[in-house]
Amino acid sequence: MKGNEAIAEAAIIAGCRHYFGYPITPQTEIAAYMAKRMPKIGGCFLQAESEIAAINMVYGVAATGKRVMTSSSSPGISLKGEGISYLAGADLPSLIVNVQRGGPGLGGIQPSQSDYFQATKGTAHGDFHMLVLAPASVQEMADLTVKGFELADKYRMTAMVLADGTMGQMMEPVSLDYEVKNTVEKPWATTGTNMEREHNIVNSLFLSPEKLEEENFKRYDRYKLIEENETMYEEYMMEDAEICVSAFGIASRVAKNAINEAREMGIKVGLIRPITLWPFPKAPFKKAGEKVKSIISVELSMGQMIEDIRLASECKVPVTLCNRAGGMIPTPEQVLEAIINANNGGAK
Amino acid sequence: MVVFDKPHALTDVSMHYCPGCTHGIIHRLVAEVIDELGIEGKTIGIAPVGCSVMAYDYFNCDMIEAAHGRAPAVATGVKRALPENVVFTYQGDGDLASIGMAETVHSAARNENITIIFVNNAIYGMTGGQMAPTTLPEQVTQTSPYGRDVNHCGFPIKVCEMLATLDGPEYLERVAVNNVKNVKAAKKAIKKAFQNQVEGKGFSLIEVVSSCPTNWGMTPKKALEWVEEKMIPYYPLGVYKDRSAKEEN
Amino acid sequence: MSATKFLFAGFGGQGILFSGKFLAYKGLIEDKQVSWLPSYGPEMRGGTASCSVILSDTPVGSPIVSNPDVLVAMNLPSLDKYEDAVVSGGTIFVDSTLIERKVKRTDVTVHYIPATALADQNGMPTLANMIIVGKVLKELNEFNEEGINGALGKVISARHANMLDFNLKALKIGSEN
Repeated sequence: MKGNEAIAEAAIIAGCRHYFGYPITPQTEIAAYMAKRMPKIGGCFLQAESEIAAINMVYGVAATGKRVMTSSSSPGISLKGEGISYLAGADLPSLIVNVQRGGPGLGGIQPSQSDYFQATKGTAHGDFHMLVLAPASVQEMADLTVKGFELADKYRMTAMVLADGTMGQMMEPVSLDYEVKNTVEKPWATTGTNMEREHNIVNSLFLSPEKLEEENFKRYDRYKLIEENETMYEEYMMEDAEICVSAFGIASRVAKNAINEAREMGIKVGLIRPITLWPFPKAPFKKAGEKVKSIISVELSMGQMIEDIRLASECKVPVTLCNRAGGMIPTPEQVLEAIINANNGGAK
Repeated sequence: MVVFDKPHALTDVSMHYCPGCTHGIIHRLVAEVIDELGIEGKTIGIAPVGCSVMAYDYFNCDMIEAAHGRAPAVATGVKRALPENVVFTYQGDGDLASIGMAETVHSAARNENITIIFVNNAIYGMTGGQMAPTTLPEQVTQTSPYGRDVNHCGFPIKVCEMLATLDGPEYLERVAVNNVKNVKAAKKAIKKAFQNQVEGKGFSLIEVVSSCPTNWGMTPKKALEWVEEKMIPYYPLGVYKDRSAKEEN
Repeated sequence: MSATKFLFAGFGGQGILFSGKFLAYKGLIEDKQVSWLPSYGPEMRGGTASCSVILSDTPVGSPIVSNPDVLVAMNLPSLDKYEDAVVSGGTIFVDSTLIERKVKRTDVTVHYIPATALADQNGMPTLANMIIVGKVLKELNEFNEEGINGALGKVISARHANMLDFNLKALKIGSEN
């Protein structure tokens, strides 16, 4: 199954019956899959007139308490930014998929990770976060989609699956056997009062600064719980590592190849792979900062996650960048060279 | 004995609108229609960004506040999720005909089974009186201080006429609320727009030619006269599309 | 760690992605770890198309094949582009109908097969790709009916079930030439 299709089928298994989107490479398979499947299961696929309309349709369904998603690629996510901010302000759960391509501007259509900042920090205006999940296999494309819906409901927020063109296009075997949790009560949903309760209001406007501040503090209390309970990462050969490589998504697959080769050469190197990019897994990097010689951040960007690594490792060891950008992917050889270089005394 | 009472579909919250503003009348007409059709319990309203941004506090049904111009897209989502419910948007001219034009046109083209109440007062009220897409030629606003120069910033948009060119929409009518006769006609149109949705007929939009004494710089009385003398000649009242009626004939 | 990395390359429309997918499914049926990664975008529509397939006994690391163990070249630009990337000791399969020149490398095994001509002669002009795959399977000692039938069932939709026999025949022609 293609990564994009795995996301779509997993969403359906998770109980999502509403999908709104707009065509953009390299994620269009998600829309095509939904267009085919939704009518057959009583769901709704609707091709919106724009990314902006799509995210606002998502907002409408989310307000009714039903599971809903949209997907796009980098330039389209920029357009959705406004709607994502409103979803955050109104505390509505939803799932958004970004199959990243190179930027800025129209950029290219080849895989990239240059929306890390956008996803984890600068999605749009205001104080808010999305839960950002970074799959590194087709299996995880599906797993994290299901998980994303569950966490979105649990914490009343948007979850983003942050993939890239490679993840979306590649095929790997995938098992879609889930016990889906879809039991969160949503008493706040606007489903009609039925003349039995006070009217519900889904809203992000708070003209009183005291009230708005209170809303933001409440939201950030929830974020703290998420940081404590939902942070996910994978450690690979880190027990005795003297060099730490860090990478997420496709970059982590390339990095693992390089690490395996370096281990054969006798270099003690391991990998920390963040699975949640927000919340960022600070603990393993803090620990790494206390025991490794240096950290290498492998990214398909000009270096974005590296900033969080530096903060999390408290700048105790040098953190260097091993990257390609604009749609290029680092090779295992390039990463191996960075590892050898670091092992020989670090910074060039 | 007839007692003048507040419709049940309006809350007790006192409205923030300026003296002489016709939003109050239009809110009331919508609420009366919701009462008369007995649909308050299943109605979900979408408020815009603009003067009526806080409409969510004034209607007793479930309410959603949308981003600027996006109410028809939000309404699309709600209606697709809850097709048995009644979904309406309440939008001003900047919201519907400027920043949200794409959402307006495409929800009409899809014949979304929703009701849109479009309040056209030819100006941006909430931000203090700037030129709107419906500001008349020569009309003075904060951002057209020498009068709207059509050679520089183009012509006003006639929403009903434009949407009437589409095959999608079910019902389009322009009404006004500047006198008793027009208010009565406006209520009839709004009721039809909700009734159409209940009957599953599709997209209905009622454009209400309204006034803005504060930002027009007029007394409420003078503003209503200006509606009659300037607005209605440019924005003629009437039914622009009624598919079901046409099919019956 | 035993992994075989394949790179299929040719013109868009030659069925490059299809043959890669077939091979990946065959691996899956035979309980291997597999990945399939296509080139995508405008180049799919008439330009050079390629796809990476990895069959492995252990979980697949990077799905990107930059140095293939096996290169299947179905047009000259593909051979020009990827010949030097093949690992030393690797294997190159060349459609000798469309590629007139010989492989320059001397440290690789090369198989020339006139796949396109064979396809035309046998009345299956769209199946040169599967003829060359038949040759690949034969040379790698991977030509077994169970895996082949299972994989064909996966990549050919029920709607095109009539194509099953043609594909099987193409694979056989490839294995016998």
